[in-house]
Amino acid sequence: MTETRTITGNRGLMVEERLIFEYDHQNRTAVDVPAVEPYEDRLGGLRRKGGVGLPGLAEPQVVRHYTRLSQKNYGIDTGLFPLGSCTMKYNPRLNEKAARMTGLADIHPFQPVSTVQGALELMDTLSHWLKQLTGMPAVALSPAAGAHGELCGVMAIRAAMDARGENRTTILVPESAHGTNPATAAICGYVVESIPAEESGRVSVEAVKAKLGPHVAAVMITNPNTCGLFEPEMIEISRVVHEAGAYVYMDGANFNAVVGRIRIADLGVDAMHINLHKTFSTPHGGGGPGSGPTVLSAALAPYAPVPYVVRDDKGFRLVEHERDAEGDAKPFGRMKGYHGQFGMFVRALAYMLALGKDGLQQVSGDAVLNANYLYARLADVLSASFEGPVMHEALFDDRFLKDTGVTTLDFAKALIDEGYHPMTMYFPLVVHGALLMEPTETESKAALDQFIEAVRGLAERAKAGDAEYFRQAPVHTPRRRLDETLAARKPVLRWTPPQA
Amino acid sequence: MTTLYFTEEHEWIAVDGDVATVGITDFAQGQLGDVVFVEVPDAGKAVSKGKEAAVVESVKAASDVYSPVSGTVTEGNQALVDDPALVNRDPEGEGWFFKVTISGTGDLEGLMDKAAYDAFVASL
Amino acid sequence: MRFLPLTAEDRQAMLAAIGAESVDALYRDVPAAARHPEAIDLPNQKTELQVERAMAALAGKNLNCSQAAAFLGAGNYRHHTPAALDYLIQRGEFLTAYTPYQPEIAQGTLQVLFEFQTQVALMTGMEVANASMYDGATACAEAAAMAQRITKRKKVLVSGGVHPHFADTTDTFLKFTGVDVEILPPDVMGLEDLIGRVDEDLACVIVQTPGFFGHLKDFSALADAVHEAGALLVVATTEPLSLGLLKTPGEMGADIVVAEGQSLALPVGFGGPGVGLFASRSKYLRQMPGRLCGETVDVDGKRGFVLTLSTREQHIRREKATSNICTNSGLVATAFSIHMTLLGEKGFTGLAEYNHARAVEAARRLAAVPGVKVLSSTFFNEFAIAFDKPAADVVEALTAKKVLAGVPASRFYPTYPELDGVLLVAVTEMNSDEDLDALVAGLKEVLS
Repeated sequence: MTETRTITGNRGLMVEERLIFEYDHQNRTAVDVPAVEPYEDRLGGLRRKGGVGLPGLAEPQVVRHYTRLSQKNYGIDTGLFPLGSCTMKYNPRLNEKAARMTGLADIHPFQPVSTVQGALELMDTLSHWLKQLTGMPAVALSPAAGAHGELCGVMAIRAAMDARGENRTTILVPESAHGTNPATAAICGYVVESIPAEESGRVSVEAVKAKLGPHVAAVMITNPNTCGLFEPEMIEISRVVHEAGAYVYMDGANFNAVVGRIRIADLGVDAMHINLHKTFSTPHGGGGPGSGPTVLSAALAPYAPVPYVVRDDKGFRLVEHERDAEGDAKPFGRMKGYHGQFGMFVRALAYMLALGKDGLQQVSGDAVLNANYLYARLADVLSASFEGPVMHEALFDDRFLKDTGVTTLDFAKALIDEGYHPMTMYFPLVVHGALLMEPTETESKAALDQFIEAVRGLAERAKAGDAEYFRQAPVHTPRRRLDETLAARKPVLRWTPPQA
Repeated sequence: MTTLYFTEEHEWIAVDGDVATVGITDFAQGQLGDVVFVEVPDAGKAVSKGKEAAVVESVKAASDVYSPVSGTVTEGNQALVDDPALVNRDPEGEGWFFKVTISGTGDLEGLMDKAAYDAFVASL
Repeated sequence: MRFLPLTAEDRQAMLAAIGAESVDALYRDVPAAARHPEAIDLPNQKTELQVERAMAALAGKNLNCSQAAAFLGAGNYRHHTPAALDYLIQRGEFLTAYTPYQPEIAQGTLQVLFEFQTQVALMTGMEVANASMYDGATACAEAAAMAQRITKRKKVLVSGGVHPHFADTTDTFLKFTGVDVEILPPDVMGLEDLIGRVDEDLACVIVQTPGFFGHLKDFSALADAVHEAGALLVVATTEPLSLGLLKTPGEMGADIVVAEGQSLALPVGFGGPGVGLFASRSKYLRQMPGRLCGETVDVDGKRGFVLTLSTREQHIRREKATSNICTNSGLVATAFSIHMTLLGEKGFTGLAEYNHARAVEAARRLAAVPGVKVLSSTFFNEFAIAFDKPAADVVEALTAKKVLAGVPASRFYPTYPELDGVLLVAVTEMNSDEDLDALVAGLKEVLS
């Protein structure tokens, strides 16, 4: 039924596109470069001998190649993108316009600071917003993504412990955590111990207490957690962690649920990263770039990495070296090149200014309302894992598929045929066959209702015993299910010229 | 005379005198799905009971294979490195992982026999 | 609010369906002690025009490079962005896609990543490349960590020709795991002896081409010595355009190549975001960090692409992963790849040649200015010059004349007074003859 009968293999708007390397390798280019007059080079005999092996395409060919490839992608602009824990909200075009202003795009990181006062003011303003929105006294802007922000927080914890002369070995991580948490702890030289989840999907003070001891440096806790639930005992958890001499790292991946409504500082948090590419709408097509500013408590603030912006009577300047730190600042080092993800700062600030405090409160409120609406409207056909209300995302497991012969994966693939990007599957690991849906606040009720009808229809079809339909899905996509086993057993990770 | 034992981590171990052959059980390969990569220890490597000795991976999961006994590896099964699917096809035969010379016979205490392992799997 | 589609009526209907009294009621798990939004002191929403004006006001407080003759490099290079590149990268299907976890509806991104990996491998002369890291500096740190995993050794040697941000990031990344990162003093003249420092405790030696001070070196003999000692050679670059003209790191015997890809992907953008390029040898594939895209077939037997070898990564391996990286630089990698395709063989090698020729001409003219000494004997599109007075003062004086003359070495090495007179000067196709005239004339005036 999927057998294509066209001569080309194309199917209307779905056009097959070869690799750029499979075009001819003729002497074309889409970038004309002025000819070079004969000259004496200064390469010291290190001139490249052979060619590079790149193809040669003219501009119209290149534009068509990428236009065709783009048409094989699903994006937020295409449709509802309910990927749990990823906050795939609409990315306003205003962000792009701001980021392309010459005065913000065409400035070099090592111009004299007197010539980039606007850029430094922008970073300082962004810091102000992030500090206000969390109630935290300090923020490190340079981390490049969420996991990098985690690294920033845990390194600050490690530096603080070193300064206290304590050699604590262990970080506690709930088993529902994102994989970056234990991976980050390991990079900082810590052993990871797991905290079991309660039946309710939450972490209890008692479970944390049971694992605490003089060997524990920190607890990393995602809140709202990956089950879409706020940890109701968070304040008490922070209190017992502090009592044990340890620090609280709160993974802020799900900040969108609470932005503008709560103060992170009041939860007793010592460090939390904020994903600008989630909550603050910066685009990250294909998996990045991110930006993970990390807010820090007074206890950890002195250890924030370089560079950071300071303001004095002469204006703004950058502290770029650990040795230039003033006061009680003792930066633990440098996390990346240059001054952080500036282009993301521009976009995030444009977004914040557009929404303002009242708009951001509406963002979190609508995000939570949308998720609860999904939860309520789907509870009778799917299997809700925990009792709500939920925060920004709704977690279901695969009990509703019991004895149907349909798996979570099959169900997700069938949703693709209905025109939707699937929800997050098989994560978190604390429930079986997880389906985690995060609609975000940028979906209308009508769009949610359509999605709900599609999910309900599929659930009924699965229960009616049409397993084969699900196993075949998707059938209306540029490619159907791909053989991941083959890809992993015999890795082909690049094009190679055909053997002559 | 070969005696077969099993662990709760789903390894099997065939013991003949002080020489043992270790692999993963049919149940374990079924749980993993298509095996795409196997790493086995080199001959001469010392392994300890309950410690990681080999790695087996499917597309979506990676598992350590623990040595059920302490001893010295005499051979890793190179055939698995070239053809990881052997673990799926013949887990308790050609799909063995490594052979080891057992340093202490007390190591075998606490391991399950076939009947006990089958009961253990049934209880999961 | 224009980004939020729900109306007051929608909200009421939805609350009724949920059976909740209010949105606030949905927050009942959040402790009341943390719920006081009134403490947040920020302004309310703005129209699009108001935001544009606010952002333009910040932009207006900067002297941007198009308003000056700008010779700035030191790891970030200003090249022309083709119009087609900025158009293609803003297509919503690229801009607003996600990590391609659902390959059936992400073949666009996946094919781009496969082409990107191929381009990076070809440029660097390596066998495999990953789908990107955050930036060059973090890629460098990850390379050192990878060398440590492969060799099981705890010492890393960093050349004084490596960008100091790469060196510092590597040190920060590794110091908590007990790895000793030795960073050699700045190698201004390119005379550093690395071979004499190679020993069997080293996990890797990290070098850079072109060097931070511009020098070009053949690392082949170093590679032999490093391999003899059982260590790895990591070669970094901050100007990937140079690979269009120079002998590749792969040919010199590099085991890992890392690079900052900004120069071919994005405007200088105050230094971020960039894109980390990461390439290596096939035999080290399973120790590589980051995502990898691989070729396969679908159930109909058609060629397609998927993310593969994911068992190395944090979402499966957790604390035993090769890295904690999750989000990478997908969109910037896409921009890089589109630009490389636009350039193609002819444009890439031609633009590299043109950059070098412009830099040679600039060095020739600057050498003739009294009080200027050109320090780099070999270089690509950036070289070091020295004055008898602090370079930072010279830069400041020229900034007043709308000439951004270069980057003073003292910005990176404030504790090396002998570098106070050193200036890094980068010359690309963006620098017109008039720019060069302004630089030469400005220097003559300031130095006289």
